[in-house]
Amino acid sequence: MNMQKVIRVSSRRQEKGKLIVPLLKGLVYTLKNLFSKKVTILYPEHRRAVSKRWRGLHRLKTDENGELKCVACGLCAVICPPEAIRMTPYEEDGGTRYPLEFFIDEIRCIYCGFCQEACPKDAIELTGVYDYVDYTRADLQFDIEKLKRPEDFIFKGK
Amino acid sequence: MSETKTMTINMGPHHPATHGVLRLVLELEGETIVNATPHIGQLHRGIEKLAENMNYQQVIPLTDRLDYTAASLNNLGYCMTVEKLMGIDVPKRARYIRVIMSELARIMGHHLWLGSHALDIGAMTVVFYAFKDREKIMNINEELSGYRLTPSFLRIGGVAKDVTPDFIRSVREFIEVFPEALEGYHRLLTDNIIWRKRTMNIGTLSADEAMSWGFTGPSLRGSGVAYDVRKAFPYSSYDDFDFEIPVGDNGDVYDRYLVRMEEFKQSLKIIRQAVENLPEGPVNVDNPLVTNPAIEDVTEDISALIRRFKIQCEGPTAPAEEVYHAVEGSKGELGFYLVGDGTAQPYRLKIRSPCFLLTSALPRLIRGHMLSDVIAIIGSLDIVLGEIDR
Ligand code: SF4
Ligand code: SF4
Repeated sequence: MNMQKVIRVSSRRQEKGKLIVPLLKGLVYTLKNLFSKKVTILYPEHRRAVSKRWRGLHRLKTDENGELKCVACGLCAVICPPEAIRMTPYEEDGGTRYPLEFFIDEIRCIYCGFCQEACPKDAIELTGVYDYVDYTRADLQFDIEKLKRPEDFIFKGK
Repeated sequence: MSETKTMTINMGPHHPATHGVLRLVLELEGETIVNATPHIGQLHRGIEKLAENMNYQQVIPLTDRLDYTAASLNNLGYCMTVEKLMGIDVPKRARYIRVIMSELARIMGHHLWLGSHALDIGAMTVVFYAFKDREKIMNINEELSGYRLTPSFLRIGGVAKDVTPDFIRSVREFIEVFPEALEGYHRLLTDNIIWRKRTMNIGTLSADEAMSWGFTGPSLRGSGVAYDVRKAFPYSSYDDFDFEIPVGDNGDVYDRYLVRMEEFKQSLKIIRQAVENLPEGPVNVDNPLVTNPAIEDVTEDISALIRRFKIQCEGPTAPAEEVYHAVEGSKGELGFYLVGDGTAQPYRLKIRSPCFLLTSALPRLIRGHMLSDVIAIIGSLDIVLGEIDR
């Protein structure tokens, strides 16, 4: 083993120490904290802002004309570790290709963000929506329509 | 003539103090433990087997779920093993970001240990303070990676994205405020007579014995062996940083506590050096086999597009070789043994979990102690079942 710098922690160890003073010191510390600023927030009335990189509910992006950017290449589906994406591609005669169906199973998804990294068209992204609830599992199979507007699924209380 | 009978009781798997789902079958004589048998496997998700059916990149999120208290450290261990197998050299900036992430993860893991360990023994306040400070690191994780507990931020050959100015600012802020919080933990526990009575000379293990049980990490250092993978086999630029290894002398619960408390400080020291000396440059290796071409190139250049398809669909292939690489996890030496077979999927991934070996010594440590000491001993080993059961 090479030369290492070592700290002996047992210098802090006191077999026989004072009994009461350390306890009081601890109490003074907690008392001081009692008057410090609160760190908790009242959810869902109050929310904290999430980071720009937050990996929440997916959005399928659209271009200026409101068309999906996605070309149904399937890269996102193939990289997805829990296999949460499935789609049916469709190709028109002119060569335009788009997804006929596009489902993301939001319960299976682990929000790793690999799909947005893989997408060659920058067509899918993970948004800052993190609290969405629903009654059945089928409701959480997001289709194209739902994936276009993830903001609608922010939990609003009750 | 009266006859003494022992009583068998079941502790766990749903006992909050067993740090997950550890089941202990205890044989008691009065309140003294004569025998203990740990039962594990309740959290088995088959991560090693799952990895065999995924490509090398897809395994990264799985490793987050090993020791979920310090997720980035597992990412680091796994990614470095794959890089060793594929012979990839990671750029310096990425290595520094990885160091910052993993030391933050170590502090996060120790926060959870401190909070729950103190809570188990009966000091309730500490858990709130520890979690309050842990939250700050979670926010840093969120800023950088978009996820709080399981960032999955490391990639083969680098990290997912470059750092943001906000990230640097919040790490600096954390470095500023954390020493005071640490002093607060010390004030609550270190000299406290109840804490000392509950932890001193409990669960003592000598250096030789700790080594023969295969202990690593803070639990080994508490027994007085200065073995730290970061120093013994430096990886990911750890030799650039100046830090010390805390070691104890007595090998009891209290010394293991002191070692971890000092590790907070040393991790902070490493983070400070890494943030202040963060080199410029790319955060991903420029290797056509593993680097995802940038989105701008993909739209203009057909060969970049094809390469992107190749990397994402098939994944980078590894040669038919086997490697072992270990990193210093927050619980001990976290090793990955990886066998490649020339395809894009691991042939075998074996995880050397430090907690598994710590758990194997539990019966030895518990025997002869009181029932209430069991919790103190489990807490001081800082085991996490996600890693044991895998
Ligand atoms: S975030 Fe990850 S798990 Fe979820 S759909 Fe995308 S690739 Fe799959
Ligand atoms: S990777 Fe992008 S373009 Fe391809 S199918 Fe997925 S969302 Fe559509």
